Amino acid sequence: MCRLAMKTASEPFSPFSVLQAMEAMQEGYDGSGLGLLLRGLSFADYNHNPGDPILSGIAHTEEALGRLDLFMNSQGFELKFDFEFKVKKAMIEAKDRHKYILRVYRQPAAWKDFSQERIEHELLMTRLALRKDGEAHGNDLTAFSLWPEVAMIKEVGWPLEIGIALGLDSGRIESRICMAQGRQNTNYGINLYACHPFFIQGIATMTNGENTAFTPIRDWLSGRAFPGYIGYQSDSEVFAHILHYVTRQLRLPLEAYKHVITPLKNEELARHPQGDFLRGLRDACRRLIIDGPNAVIGTLSDETSLLVMDAKKLRPATVGGKPGEWAIASEMCGVDAMIPDRDRAKDFQPMREHTVIIPPDRQELQIWSQFDRFPVPQAA
Amino acid sequence: MVSVRSISSTPSSLTHNDLPWVIEHNEERCTLCGRCASVCPVGTLKLAYMRKRMPRLVLASSERGSSYKTFVGIRQNTEVGKRCIGCGSCAMVCPNEAIHPVHNANDRFRFQNTQHGEPAKRGGRRNVPGASLLDRIIFDRISMLTDPALDAGRHEFSCNTLLGRVLPPEEYVRRKLAGEWIPPVREIFPFIIGSMSFGALSPNMWLGLLQGVAYCNEVLGIPVVMATGEGGCPPWVLKSPFLKYIILQIASGYFGWDEIIRAIPEMQCDPAAIEIKYGQGAKPGDGGLLMWYKVSKLIARLRGVPEGVDLPSPPVHQTLYSIEESVMKMIQTMSMAWNFRVPVYPKISGSTSAKSVLNNLVRNPYASALLIDGIDGGTGAAYNISMDATGHPIASNVRECYLDLCAQGKQNEIPIFAAGGIGKNGNVTQNGMALIMLGASGVHMGKYIMQAAAGCLGSEQNRCNVCNLGLCPKGITSQNPKLYRRLDPDQVAQRVADTFMAIRTEIKKVMAPLGRSQSLPIGMSDALGIEDRDVAERLNIRYIC
Repeated sequence: MCRLAMKTASEPFSPFSVLQAMEAMQEGYDGSGLGLLLRGLSFADYNHNPGDPILSGIAHTEEALGRLDLFMNSQGFELKFDFEFKVKKAMIEAKDRHKYILRVYRQPAAWKDFSQERIEHELLMTRLALRKDGEAHGNDLTAFSLWPEVAMIKEVGWPLEIGIALGLDSGRIESRICMAQGRQNTNYGINLYACHPFFIQGIATMTNGENTAFTPIRDWLSGRAFPGYIGYQSDSEVFAHILHYVTRQLRLPLEAYKHVITPLKNEELARHPQGDFLRGLRDACRRLIIDGPNAVIGTLSDETSLLVMDAKKLRPATVGGKPGEWAIASEMCGVDAMIPDRDRAKDFQPMREHTVIIPPDRQELQIWSQFDRFPVPQAA
Repeated sequence: MVSVRSISSTPSSLTHNDLPWVIEHNEERCTLCGRCASVCPVGTLKLAYMRKRMPRLVLASSERGSSYKTFVGIRQNTEVGKRCIGCGSCAMVCPNEAIHPVHNANDRFRFQNTQHGEPAKRGGRRNVPGASLLDRIIFDRISMLTDPALDAGRHEFSCNTLLGRVLPPEEYVRRKLAGEWIPPVREIFPFIIGSMSFGALSPNMWLGLLQGVAYCNEVLGIPVVMATGEGGCPPWVLKSPFLKYIILQIASGYFGWDEIIRAIPEMQCDPAAIEIKYGQGAKPGDGGLLMWYKVSKLIARLRGVPEGVDLPSPPVHQTLYSIEESVMKMIQTMSMAWNFRVPVYPKISGSTSAKSVLNNLVRNPYASALLIDGIDGGTGAAYNISMDATGHPIASNVRECYLDLCAQGKQNEIPIFAAGGIGKNGNVTQNGMALIMLGASGVHMGKYIMQAAAGCLGSEQNRCNVCNLGLCPKGITSQNPKLYRRLDPDQVAQRVADTFMAIRTEIKKVMAPLGRSQSLPIGMSDALGIEDRDVAERLNIRYIC
């Protein structure tokens, strides 16, 4: 089982504090790896433009790094800042890590007149091209994300040790959101792309559980002809892609996510004020119904965070905090470690019908029940 | 050696040892009650007075050397038309277990079953006994430590499926917000009682099935639907609230559709769906074949024909000339008849051309599903060669079609239903769930329901299989009141309920260890394995050993 920790705060904080929370939850997990997503970045050495795309990944060889530079140049990206990790190589289990990439680029001048949607599409295609290039060269180049305000790290090993090895305790990089997950996909052969969190066009999720409906969901998403719906080295990657599909392709509000992955039963829909719409939505998105025990934690580009449970509430997750600072963790002790000075009586463990949403202003927690009205005026 | 002409020997002369079923009669136990002979549906048994010589060595010349004993025994008729069909009705009625048929694998009857130039015709399924391919597929992706297993007895499971055209999500949201037409979709139990016509089945059987289906829906909460075959539906059913559990079939003879169309204004509810039969797995290339024996007064009235005439439907819909036209005309016409509120889908026989049909349906916004009936499908009447050697096995046919839809991203839009051999050896849930995980949205079963709910005696060793003659010893496929009164509709209804309750529990027993409970695992091929490398490769599932 994965251990998950996510913290969101109005003031940037060090990702190392979240790794310490992972340490608090160490009992019962194999500590086989770390997946980290930082959002709302601030660098000690550089004041970046919030709109500039940031590339995260790993160049496993010098040659791969050379190809990366060539490709980004050819696309018109201009390197503005290269965050140099102070790597303690001896502490890293894998020996083929030539360079951890965290670079701020200026987007190509040719994109100046592109719509926001087109820019977001181009960013996706650039990341996919880098990934494809790495795969074509024996996986010597790994590209996790290319998006404004987002940094990602995935590595094999004990999470806290990876944090120290990469110098994340130095305070040189901070963020307003940090998602951390402490396991590689040890059920299968380790592949860095299979490590949570998963990222697509600003949307990220990580999951504690197993999605037993993975194959039919993957088959359906793969048939969408959307270039980003690839990968699927992990059964949990589809959670990120479904969230992307619901919010960006169907343009439905965040609350619809819950209705798609764990729709209500007939008798519940019969009583729901928008049961007719939701029943049709359930039918149309039937192949996206998840199964098995899952707690899904997600974040969006606007720094909204969310937590949803599977339809039987078979996995634990707790959210707690105070205005300006909230934490979600798979274990309660993880929340304690991230925000010790909160009112614990207000901690919340969502049940099967809940979606917990922490809006970008982080002033209060929204607990939305699936039985409540669906916030689309036209659908009423 | 005696001359040839002194013994009776023609090319078609058979002894009882040449027949596919041989009567074993124990004279010691026989009470001569005569029930076996009176119940035998084909008249193969006859009680006969027989005489045997009792030789005795006598020295005195005044006495006769031998005496004769007369006894009453059973004779098995060896005429081709009256051979024993192995139904076992004699054994069923015998008070002393003195008689039963025994299968004879070395029969010579098969070479003679062409009398008067008529090839063998029968009811039943393809006569290939033994484990079917579907019986060999197992569910091997067991959720254990990676995932807490579900409890089939206590957790809630969603086992239903959808019948109807499902819009792509983008289009659904657009149309819903714009207030446009949304195609009708029915949520039904994935095991469907396949199309068996009101002429093929006896009135008692039909009534029992309908009662059972209504009970499943209204009391047990299992939304079972049943399909009529060609030949319409009794008017009282058309005007009843039970019509919503019925899929009305229209086939190439259009029998019964006068009644149906006339009843539309008086219908209390819409039918579950309309099935347009283009083909049938048991006899591809043939239409329905209701033989004159079964065209009773009631059937004649329903079908709008004279009594006692053969009713062979044409092989194709005569008004149509191409698939495009067919899809366009028939599906839209039938949809329009119910104002686009009822799903309309075609049924075809399993074929290498099934994908072409499917791809035509994908392009028609009114096509609601595709039902493919494989070679192991049953029928009430067909030529033996059609049943045994013509058609396509269902598993690879469905799989190919499903993967084709996946490649187009349309697997949720047109549900594929599978039929043909589901439950052939009794493993109905295993067979059905295997097909569902290969990509079917549900399965139709006809023969299995006759066997499970009404005790049909037919088997793939060519036992009984005289549905075509209207001689059904159980009264399931006969229009003769003497025979069909043997069947109590209430008991059939009870067995229908038993059967579907058992299937529902078994579905959960399959889904729970796979970690599935939220939706029917359609296309969950990662859970399937078979110990045959070639089949695994063909079906794109895991080879296990």
